[in-house]
Amino acid sequence: MTEIVNGSNVQQRTAVDVGERPLLEIKDLQVGFTTQDGLVKAVDGVNITLYRGQSLAIVGESGSGKSTTAHAIINLLPGTGHVSGGQILLDGQDLTKASPREMEGIRGRKIGFVPQDPMSNLNPVWSIGFQVEEAIKANGIATGRKEVKQRAIEVLKQAGLQDADRRLKQFPHQFSGGMRQRVLIGMGLAADPQLLIADEPTSALDVTVQRVILDHLESLTRELGTTLLFITHDLGLAAERAEQLVVMYKGKVVESGPSAQILQNPQHPYTQRLVAAAPSLASRRIQASGSIAAAESSMAADASDAAGDTIDLIATAEARAEALAAVASAPPAIIVEDLTKVFKIRGSGEFTAVDNVSFQIPKGTTMALVGESGSGKSTVAKMLLKLEDATSGKIVVGGKDLASVTGKELFNLRSRMQPVFQDPYGSLNPLRNIGNTIAEPLHTHKVGTKATRRARVLELLDQVSLPRTLVSRYPNELSGGQRQRIAIARALALKPEILVLDEAVSALDVLVQAQILRLLADLQAELGLTYLFITHDLAVVRVIADHVSVMQRGRIVESATTDEVFDNPKEQYTRDLLAAIPGAGIELGA
Amino acid sequence: MAGYIVRRLLQAIPVLLGTTFLIYYMVFAMPGDPIVALFGDKTPPPQVLDQLRERYHLDQPFIVQYLIFLGNIFRGDLGTSFSGQPVSEILATTFPVTLRLAVIAVFFEMVFGISVGLISGLRKGGIFDASALVVSLILISLPIFVVAFVAQYIFGIQLGWFRTTVGPGAPTQDLILPALVLATISFAQIVRLTRASVIDTDTQDFVRTAASKGLSRTRIVPVHILRNSLIPVVTYLAVDFGVLMVGATVTEGIFNVPGVGRTLYQAIIRGEGPTVVSFVTVMVLIYLVVNLLVDLLYAVLDPRIRYAK
Repeated sequence: MTEIVNGSNVQQRTAVDVGERPLLEIKDLQVGFTTQDGLVKAVDGVNITLYRGQSLAIVGESGSGKSTTAHAIINLLPGTGHVSGGQILLDGQDLTKASPREMEGIRGRKIGFVPQDPMSNLNPVWSIGFQVEEAIKANGIATGRKEVKQRAIEVLKQAGLQDADRRLKQFPHQFSGGMRQRVLIGMGLAADPQLLIADEPTSALDVTVQRVILDHLESLTRELGTTLLFITHDLGLAAERAEQLVVMYKGKVVESGPSAQILQNPQHPYTQRLVAAAPSLASRRIQASGSIAAAESSMAADASDAAGDTIDLIATAEARAEALAAVASAPPAIIVEDLTKVFKIRGSGEFTAVDNVSFQIPKGTTMALVGESGSGKSTVAKMLLKLEDATSGKIVVGGKDLASVTGKELFNLRSRMQPVFQDPYGSLNPLRNIGNTIAEPLHTHKVGTKATRRARVLELLDQVSLPRTLVSRYPNELSGGQRQRIAIARALALKPEILVLDEAVSALDVLVQAQILRLLADLQAELGLTYLFITHDLAVVRVIADHVSVMQRGRIVESATTDEVFDNPKEQYTRDLLAAIPGAGIELGA
Repeated sequence: MAGYIVRRLLQAIPVLLGTTFLIYYMVFAMPGDPIVALFGDKTPPPQVLDQLRERYHLDQPFIVQYLIFLGNIFRGDLGTSFSGQPVSEILATTFPVTLRLAVIAVFFEMVFGISVGLISGLRKGGIFDASALVVSLILISLPIFVVAFVAQYIFGIQLGWFRTTVGPGAPTQDLILPALVLATISFAQIVRLTRASVIDTDTQDFVRTAASKGLSRTRIVPVHILRNSLIPVVTYLAVDFGVLMVGATVTEGIFNVPGVGRTLYQAIIRGEGPTVVSFVTVMVLIYLVVNLLVDLLYAVLDPRIRYAK
């Protein structure tokens, strides 16, 4: 996890002839969507200049207009979207004035496109070979069945599918996410385009897979001399993979320039916040702000907040260490011993999802369970919540063995242990208003009267730093971050001792993610909560966890304090995960 | 796959036994004496009635009648109708007529329904789409006998393009008009189904990706949009074919088509147990086979679906 990935490449690629005509020049681009309320501008006056052989990344949160800009370049805007002003010059030709016919010739041949989600971007009813060959034929790269097939194999091999000739006849559902992304990269590069647009090409993949694919994409584009336009929400990733950065916010470019320069010396307040919030660039655990007043200011999440953190890092770290020492003597909140879960699979026998997992979580601390998809971490959470029964092993929560707890006792235990799930859109009932949503656990457990429940709901809204006026609103009126705060408020309603957070911040934009993580740290300090934090994202772990257990194929391969794991990882697998954190090797000037 | 088909066919056995038993019982429980009814106003001598009852086993208790019927079926004997014609012969003359009628109707549904639905879906919100929706709504709302009489009047009497009723031997050209009438309602359903499916597919990510590869719209529409959109439509068509095969009583009645629907209707009126049960047995069989074919067709259309061995 060092500068090898970066430094050297950047210098090689930045060699640009001054006075050369740029390959892509976007001038004052305006993109609008026609809605019932009139024209809504998604991109407003964007200027981007990209020279041949360069790489440039557009960074921004969801809704910033970065993907819309990419789609505008290849003239494939969704729905009512259209370019309402400005120019997109590809090698001098204005693409906004190109006829549909001309665009067909440009797409694929001059501009390759690698889309975001490998799961939805391949047609499920056609074989991989068919879809790659189709791209080759459409661009006139090869004619004749044999040559086309030959070229398809070549393209896929180049994209990193070694057994391409064997797998041509297979269908997308027989490929893993990483493999599909390789197919999509292969298709994007099939006609050897001058420009490749990669729209969040790896955000749906596990970090280690992500790194392998991005490394491959990088070396491939360098080999072929392809100019790369990279779209991402991850600042660390962008800085690691591109020489130039363009930061977008609400449809406008707020800052642009060389990556290292922007990262080390961000000028615009939004960029400053983005740099401060990027978990992949942070180095220490978030400490509780100490007072609710500070937590409230996290709503605004201004840059000074993060700056304040760095200054008293050492003092707070010491305080945290003392606090940890104090709780070490108390009985652990959760004890898991030799936990095993075996699933029976029809036709192919048994699958051990969780294999002899043991850990303890001291009261008032956070343990992170880290691993890639399929490592069994979520199954552990389900068993802990008793949503799934263990095949063997023991789970003790607050001194009670879960296996023996049934009926009324289990009902009571549930009130002390609450989950928060990943998807803030899926975990709130759209037909219930916020007040009822938060009060639901109180109803279920028959706590208090109508008046006291209402008072508790308002109190909880204060605790998660949301305005009290939200009580009568509905989930669809809220942003993702606000919804996740509601989910946390609901989990806190019964004053639980333990929160199981299953990828609770993974679906959120970085700035919102930072706010929620801070909120969780504050609540922990204030209420003495114990967290089991389940995530695939090691960058987040660093800022939230006291202990880390790394899971791989159902087993815990490494378990230690967060600092130990990050500074001195013992297992190769952990080292791979750490190295895969985007931007981990970038030094911040400040 | 073979194992799956065998299992499905084995499942058909209890279904067949259950349906035949139920139908047989319902015909048995119908009020009135079918033998007396045969003679209309006349009163035949009691010996003749007894003789006829014995011949058709109507003097036996219900369960014995049913078992005799089942035993005969296994020996390939479907019994005889009250008019003395073997039931197997009636089946052999009526089913081919209905089959031709159903094939023509499904052909019309498919060609017109899918084309109109596809154009509507691709030009969502346009004039073509709006008119197609209105027309299909009108067709869905109309009872089939109204469509039948209007078609008979316009195409049969006013324009004289078709004969108003089907002539002897049911020549295919006479079946076109009843088939068109049968097709109208399903046509409207297919237009709507195809349209919705096409609109849904058109916004899928893989369609945009296909365009980003440099494919032309003329290739994307049939290969990436239509093929994916057809899965629900083909299912509907296959089920509809099954429905048409078991007879369209009203339409066959209006156009005097000597098919399954009309014959079965007459047999029910006359209380002819063996004829009704034999017809229904064949219908249940057709239904089961069509349903199995639909499920197999699914796997052909969508490679993600594979049946366990």
